[in-house]
Amino acid sequence: MTDLRHAIRDGNEACADVAYRLNEVCAIYPITPSSGMAELADQWSSEGRCNIWGGVPDVIEMQSEAGAAGTVHGALQGGALATTFTASQGLLLMIPNMYRIAGELTSAVFHVAARSLATHALSIFGDHQDVMAARSTGFAFLSSGSVQEAHDMALIAQSATLKSRVPFVHFFDGFRTSHEYNRIQLLSDDDLRALIDDRHMIAHRQRALNPDRPFVRGTAQNPDVCFQSREAVNRFYAAVPSIVQSTMDQFAELTGRHYRLFDYFGAADAERVLILMGSGCEAVRETVEYMVRNGEPVGAVQVRLFRPFSAEHLLASLPPSVRSIAVLDRTKEPGAGGEPLYKDVVTALAEASMRSGVSIPGGVVSLPRVTGGRYGLSSKEFTPAMIRAVFDELQKPQPKNSFTVGIHDDVTHSSLPVSPDFQIESDDVFRAVFYGLGADGTVGANRNTIKIIGEDAGLHAQAYFVYDSKKSGSRTVSHLRFGEKPIRSTYLISSAQFVGCHQFGFIDTIDVLSIAAQGAVFLLNSPHSADQVWDELPLEVQQQIIDRQLQFYTIDASRVARETGLTNRTNTVMQTCFFAISGVLPQDEAIRRIKYSIRQTYAKKGEQTVMQNFAAVDATIRNLHRVTVPGKVTATKRRRPVVPAEAPEFVRKVTGAMIAGTGDLLPVSSFPVDGTFPSGTSRWEKRSISAFVPLWDPELCIQCGNCGFICPHGVIRSRLYHQEKLDDAPSGFLSAPVDARGFPETRYTLQVYADDCTGCALCEEVCPVTGLEETRRRAINMVPKEQILESTRRNTEFFETLPLTPRGQVDFSSVRGTQFLEPLFEFSGACAGCGETPYLKAISQLFGDRLMVANATGCSSIFGGNLPTTPWSVNSEGRGPAWSNSLFEDNAEFGLGMRIAADRHLAEARRLVLQLRALLGDELVEGLVSADQRTEADIRRQRLRVSEMRQRIAREDHPAARLLLSIADHLVRRSVWLVGGDGWAYDIGSAGVDHVLASGRNVNLLVLDTEVYSNTGGQASKATPRGAVAKFAAAGKQAEKKDLALQAVSYGSVYVARVAIGANPQQTLDALREAEAYDGPSLVIAYSHCIAHGINMLHALDQQSRAVHSGYWPLMRFHPEAKARGEHPFILDSVRPELALEQFTSQELRFRLLQQANPDNSERIMQEAQQAVSRRWKMYEDLAGL
Amino acid sequence: MDPSMTRNIGPNLVTPWLGLSLKHPVVASASPLCQTVTGVAQLAKAGAAAVILPSLFEEQLHHDAAAFEFLSSAGCDSSAESSSYFPSFPEFDRGPTDYLKLIRDARAAIDVPLIASLNGTTDSGWTDYAREIEKAGADALELNVYGLPVDEDQNARMVEDRYVSIVKQVTQSIRIPVSVKMNPYFSSPMEMADRLIEAGASGLVLFNRFYQPDFDLEKMEVVPSLQLSSPSEIRLPLLWLSVLFGRTSGSLAASTGVETSSEVIKYLLAGADVVMTTSALLRHGPEHLRTLTDGLTQWMTQRGYESVGQMRGAMSLRNARNPSAFVRANYMKTLASYQHPFV
Repeated sequence: MTDLRHAIRDGNEACADVAYRLNEVCAIYPITPSSGMAELADQWSSEGRCNIWGGVPDVIEMQSEAGAAGTVHGALQGGALATTFTASQGLLLMIPNMYRIAGELTSAVFHVAARSLATHALSIFGDHQDVMAARSTGFAFLSSGSVQEAHDMALIAQSATLKSRVPFVHFFDGFRTSHEYNRIQLLSDDDLRALIDDRHMIAHRQRALNPDRPFVRGTAQNPDVCFQSREAVNRFYAAVPSIVQSTMDQFAELTGRHYRLFDYFGAADAERVLILMGSGCEAVRETVEYMVRNGEPVGAVQVRLFRPFSAEHLLASLPPSVRSIAVLDRTKEPGAGGEPLYKDVVTALAEASMRSGVSIPGGVVSLPRVTGGRYGLSSKEFTPAMIRAVFDELQKPQPKNSFTVGIHDDVTHSSLPVSPDFQIESDDVFRAVFYGLGADGTVGANRNTIKIIGEDAGLHAQAYFVYDSKKSGSRTVSHLRFGEKPIRSTYLISSAQFVGCHQFGFIDTIDVLSIAAQGAVFLLNSPHSADQVWDELPLEVQQQIIDRQLQFYTIDASRVARETGLTNRTNTVMQTCFFAISGVLPQDEAIRRIKYSIRQTYAKKGEQTVMQNFAAVDATIRNLHRVTVPGKVTATKRRRPVVPAEAPEFVRKVTGAMIAGTGDLLPVSSFPVDGTFPSGTSRWEKRSISAFVPLWDPELCIQCGNCGFICPHGVIRSRLYHQEKLDDAPSGFLSAPVDARGFPETRYTLQVYADDCTGCALCEEVCPVTGLEETRRRAINMVPKEQILESTRRNTEFFETLPLTPRGQVDFSSVRGTQFLEPLFEFSGACAGCGETPYLKAISQLFGDRLMVANATGCSSIFGGNLPTTPWSVNSEGRGPAWSNSLFEDNAEFGLGMRIAADRHLAEARRLVLQLRALLGDELVEGLVSADQRTEADIRRQRLRVSEMRQRIAREDHPAARLLLSIADHLVRRSVWLVGGDGWAYDIGSAGVDHVLASGRNVNLLVLDTEVYSNTGGQASKATPRGAVAKFAAAGKQAEKKDLALQAVSYGSVYVARVAIGANPQQTLDALREAEAYDGPSLVIAYSHCIAHGINMLHALDQQSRAVHSGYWPLMRFHPEAKARGEHPFILDSVRPELALEQFTSQELRFRLLQQANPDNSERIMQEAQQAVSRRWKMYEDLAGL
Repeated sequence: MDPSMTRNIGPNLVTPWLGLSLKHPVVASASPLCQTVTGVAQLAKAGAAAVILPSLFEEQLHHDAAAFEFLSSAGCDSSAESSSYFPSFPEFDRGPTDYLKLIRDARAAIDVPLIASLNGTTDSGWTDYAREIEKAGADALELNVYGLPVDEDQNARMVEDRYVSIVKQVTQSIRIPVSVKMNPYFSSPMEMADRLIEAGASGLVLFNRFYQPDFDLEKMEVVPSLQLSSPSEIRLPLLWLSVLFGRTSGSLAASTGVETSSEVIKYLLAGADVVMTTSALLRHGPEHLRTLTDGLTQWMTQRGYESVGQMRGAMSLRNARNPSAFVRANYMKTLASYQHPFV
């Protein structure tokens, strides 16, 4: 029977479940890894879930974390109980308000899934850099180390803040806790009520602003009083530790779970002690228990209340026997004498020592030796072996200080040596690891599995999922543990009793069995039969199976799924296999529970779906076979190298290791010191993820270039070349005569880079040609990759040797012409069929060799800059887009800075050129300073001039010449593009965008408008249309989408275009070129279809057409200079709407969900949406003078 | 109240249909007009003798469920930052809830019979949904048996048996009367009519207008095409109604091509108990019902018919002056031409 008091939860839900019930207002904004808390709060509110006082909390999404904090501040001053959920840069944006809230002694709790800060790189993963950056705000900081604690401390923090008036940050480790699933004991509403005294809440309300008893709060103070009044808060902070401890004691009485401000665990006579906070404490606890069992005098202190830091409670927690202490900080403070927790501990001990001589109150008899170290930054693993290494270091006479553990620092030698052989996991815990694809449902099935085991079967269970950084063909690794006792292993499994490989292709590319324990079960999803599969394995895998005596099982899960009507979703099949052979539960019981779970999951979808899944379960048992393992290796083929031998050294040694999954082993010396990485590394990572790829039909093709223009991944390239080049072509290399006049003896080839294709098939969709006999045929058709892979690889290799068409000869003004421009944005990890990347590829083709990109954080910064490989590339001359990401909120300003620097250096370079006239000669000087750079030919000539100038002054020992050489590149016109999504342009960066547009400077803003926060999982932005259902708009967006184009038009000095590449590629091309050519600010708003729209991406281009033809997305251009030319500045590029809005919206799940989400108002909302579209069209016609 | 009492002048328009008594023979057939309670109520208010709801398509429910599953899970669990792209809807129901609600609400909103329609794909779909439709309050159920027999392994008898099997299963599962929307392309429509009635159907609707796609010559694509019917399309049902009249125990309904009262009259004369109209109501609005019934009344009055029962089947194969015209049309025309005064 299900135990209602226990449940499987991740840390985010565990925390939000309590926080939501204890507040009246949640002001939210999405940021990884805290978004889950905000999403749940929004969902619960839209479902009408009540807090413990019986009201439904108001949840409001703001334009940024700064906005959320401001709203919380206001709500608190209004007397409401208010909270927010955030992380990383989001917490930084809240800091100004946090000072305010704390300064005003206002009860509130901010819940933080602690995460790295963007420094040399952005990292979404967990550490304490963000909370450490906020530690001086005056908030109290309470730390949770596990999913259960995230649940419990959310309550303790709320109770304590109401009692103490000091606001709290309750934090837990991003991902390791926020995204770990574990079995927890739930707190009921009664539990919450027991710890929340309504009198405190009423007192909070009575301190609120109220015109019935007015006062002023938030004065400005002068030097005479500000200092004193700041000190007036001291007694409140002094009271916090005892308040928190007493609350914890009260909580213990209620639940039996006892916490202390500083929780010591380990040997009573421990001599070596670690001090740390967060999820690492769980692994330390396991390790300490193991070491103590083995007779080692060790222990550890888990810090729960970090601020106010109670030295008294810390000292009281330490065993008197302690001789040496290592304080572990999950943060880095470059230039400091130590990290914050270390310094707090040292200060506490030193102060106590100063007060009492060698005898320290709290029982410590002499001042222990204290060292500090860093661990676990950006979710770096923190394992028992690493913990052991720290304890071992403490045994040395002079243990290393300011050390690192978990990495190999071969530069400053800070790291401790770690023995990988030290493993302490008990055989009582069953450990299973599953390799899958994001698309195959492995993660979902595993989440379901631990619910079956952890909730239904009553065992303890833990799951943690690791993803690679690609959005298409992404690999997932699921780590699951089950056992009779609570599972505290906050690190990945390194020795698994069960390894499931759900994709056969993985055995050729990654070492899936390196984590298999001796005698483990290995389950392989394979298209080959049980008696053939062995022969298909690479040598390394066969060797591992034999050496480790693995029990090898196989099933053709795809076939079973297909035959039972489950299409390609193999999750049910593979989950059943796991239960059938893992022995975690008796097989009969396991199957019964799976079926029960299936019924629960699919009942709403109809009996047929339930029966299909039941059939799949039964068929799985019949089709699961154990493979007889031969006594010796028979394979001759080896696993494929991850990057080819001809790749640059950095790519082979560093990038290759990251691709292979061994990046953890790279030493510090491998890396650039400032986050600077080579461009264009994606070309070395041949992921070969699609089973279907396009095949060109030269006979049918009209060489229009549409397929290459739309291809989101740059895998379709065209070249023109003299026919004699074909003499060296491999057999089967495809070519055609050029379909244009004036190119005698010239051939045309359209080459598909099959290994880089994601299989989106947009090329086939956009092809305008149909076969004469078979109208289903296009001039480019998707075919099974295996049929053509080898020949295509040969052809691609040869194609790369063909000459590129000189840019000066390319017709930039037509889609047909641009196909001969080399894309310098290629093979990104964006979703298959991504709607954003074609625009980026286009600007890389048009302006790539002089392009600077400021990229706002979001999807485009992730597929644009996430290691291991990146898509912004270089041309054969070594030129290409210079790309950088600063932040989310500042991208417009960041790009403007680039422009200003370029303008300044251009002016400076011109000045120096003029100064060196005598040396350079009049003609060259005039050309360098004044030559037109509008056309590609102009730019080519300017490059030649710059080159000549360099040669002339290179050997001159003249200060002006040296300075000129340092900035000479700026004499070639730079194209500065500010790229980002709607979250940036409409919301968090809105003020910056507005300011930059008003600046008059020559920048080009490209807004990749997916109408939702795509990267963080589909939260609504101000670009989300009315009627669309999105996260944070679970009841459907009520407000109209902001018309950013009109806002910009209102300046009169901004070039503005609204484009949709799938609806009108030529208009897109025209707009991008006009924007770039305009010597002033330009704004191009680009319709970017997205999986978050709930569309079949295969039909995304049709949807773009519907968006345009329904008037939903009217194509327009506004050119500020047109009036001077006697033309109308506002051009409406769309024809009058010929479709009803409904014909567009009915094809997208985001709109279709509205009826479900908001049945009472859906009809009205969509009618209003149609009216708004019609109204806007009328206004646009007026503006266009039609 | 007996509908016949509502008119104290003029002919009696009351007609039976599936054991129900309708106040006149003009029924509003399934159309976008009856997709909402408001629309259904408007039709009833405008004078429809009964309202037929659009079909509940089992395949569509499955398709919707599969599409929902596919679209809502696309991209999920693929990225550390975004495990999903839509809010969670734990109660999301892709079943027939909306349709059943429409039946319940419409039933409460009108005082004329409400007839549901079902298009199933699986045996359990036919019977389960039929039961739920009955439970929701429909007065009768029309079976929209529809499926293109594109499988070469399926012979004609198998197609026919499938129809009969569905009717048997459904009629054994529910108590409300069942009609079958017939396919006009059976080799022996008469035998099929007999078999369907024998299987439990209370009436037949002639005919189902099969979906016939069109070609877009610009895009060279097959495109869905659903055109409103026109009066020229009444001939096929008119023929078979005339043949069936008096030779089946089931009720007979005419569908397709009703634009004016002339078509209503023709169908009744052929033998229909009721006449269903969709296209005319879409073209002219629900108020057109009144035009149709007024035209019928006027014609009957002019011709001296006192009741619909009296005129029903008056020009059927059984009762027509020249029955051979039904079965030998082309030949007769040829002979007539040959015999024209020149001979």
